[in-house]
Amino acid sequence: MQSLALEGGFQNAPTDAAHAFRSIMTAMARPGEISRVDGATPPAPLSVATGVTLLTLCDPDTPVFLGKSVNAQEIIDWITFHTGAPLVEAKDAMFAVGSWQDLTLDDFPIGTAEYPDRSATLIVEVPTLDNTGAILAGPGIKDTSRLTVPDIDAFQTNRQNFPLGLDFIFTCGNRLACLPRSTRVS
Amino acid sequence: MTDYNFAYLDEQTKRMIRRAILKGLAIPGYQVPFASREMPMPYGWGTGGVQVSAAVLTPDDTFKVIDQGADDTTNAVSIRRFFQKTAGVKVTEATEEASVIQTRHRIPEQDLRDDQILVYQVPIPEPLRFLEPSEVETRKMHALEEYGLMHVKLYEDISQHGAIATAYAYPVKVEGRYVMDPSPIPKFDNPKLEMAGIQLFGAGREQRIYAIPPYTQVVSLDFDDYPFEASKADHACDLCGAEDSYLDELIVDDEGGRMFMCSDTDYCAGRRKQGHVGAQGVPYAEDAA
Ligand SMILES: [Zn+2]
Repeated sequence: MQSLALEGGFQNAPTDAAHAFRSIMTAMARPGEISRVDGATPPAPLSVATGVTLLTLCDPDTPVFLGKSVNAQEIIDWITFHTGAPLVEAKDAMFAVGSWQDLTLDDFPIGTAEYPDRSATLIVEVPTLDNTGAILAGPGIKDTSRLTVPDIDAFQTNRQNFPLGLDFIFTCGNRLACLPRSTRVS
Repeated sequence: MTDYNFAYLDEQTKRMIRRAILKGLAIPGYQVPFASREMPMPYGWGTGGVQVSAAVLTPDDTFKVIDQGADDTTNAVSIRRFFQKTAGVKVTEATEEASVIQTRHRIPEQDLRDDQILVYQVPIPEPLRFLEPSEVETRKMHALEEYGLMHVKLYEDISQHGAIATAYAYPVKVEGRYVMDPSPIPKFDNPKLEMAGIQLFGAGREQRIYAIPPYTQVVSLDFDDYPFEASKADHACDLCGAEDSYLDELIVDDEGGRMFMCSDTDYCAGRRKQGHVGAQGVPYAEDAA
């Protein structure tokens, strides 16, 4: 393992994670709202926001799938050292990391009728993240909001599975926004 | 060096609770199972709410705790002190100053803003439990949206009492999907469940977390011929004169003398500070002296 893997974690894990979680939670509660996070510097091409999200939510209890564009030894070492999360195939993943092109949505667990929470959360690195583009509506959104999303059809299909489905965290630099399964995208 | 972690719980436990909160927000009204931990207080003291607060608080927060609307009960004071000590948060009794409010049995009278979080202590999270004791069966009923029994129970109320007698923990349907127990708040508070703030519910003994994101549709179950009514005692507060707040009734002397007062003590004190005086009240400054 290269020494780089040991760097870039939280300086003060309990409070860094507390601040990061509040940003992520607020974003999940208000789909489309863009939050800023900091405290992690993972190896490229992972963004700060992806690194922070992994450190905040992942550990040995959360199997992670790595998409092709981020499946590099340096990244594997970093995630393993800082979170202890096992790396798995898409069908067994609780979290996934990658570009939109990396992730085939049909491959991930969407939960069961009795346990819809047993579903994957996809952390998607996106090139742009702005409040323009697709129109979002649903829980957490007063009237409507807008967000640059990588696709529209895919999220409409995901919404049709509600209450089953995938939840998304879009990351770009040190910013992130969420699209839970409950959001209607048009 | 302190001998406990930030906000008491270890990091792995907080991550597990945090993941459950995110799934709860993504599936409004659905009860997410979580592995509840022992807390240094008895179950009846709201260990579910305490664990959710521990997972949510940051050192920048200002924290308020209410128990049946009051900030000064033993329960509220001890939870407030617990997080003051373990998380270094500021504490307040003023609703408008708080960023996180943990509550048992009430929603504050004052509307919450979109930067505020309300954490409920929940004793029994399953609204179908008194109709069906088996967890396997209630899971199935939620999965299949089989909520007919719940309507039958409410309708039996009507045939027996001429009205729906359920006054607390009145069931709601969230975003047209899950029937949810709003915890034992009075049904007067049900309309406030549609709010700008984030609502999180924690049941410690039953090991469930659920959530209502801001601006989510929350409908109290009812019937066309017996619509839901957010009722309260037909009185004004005897201390501050408020006619729109939820009231506690107090017997004040041996002759059976009664007094009605706001259950939300911060709301009542705020009104009295503004100069409002109820039928049995005295001006605020005089009382404080
Ligand atoms: Zn009053």
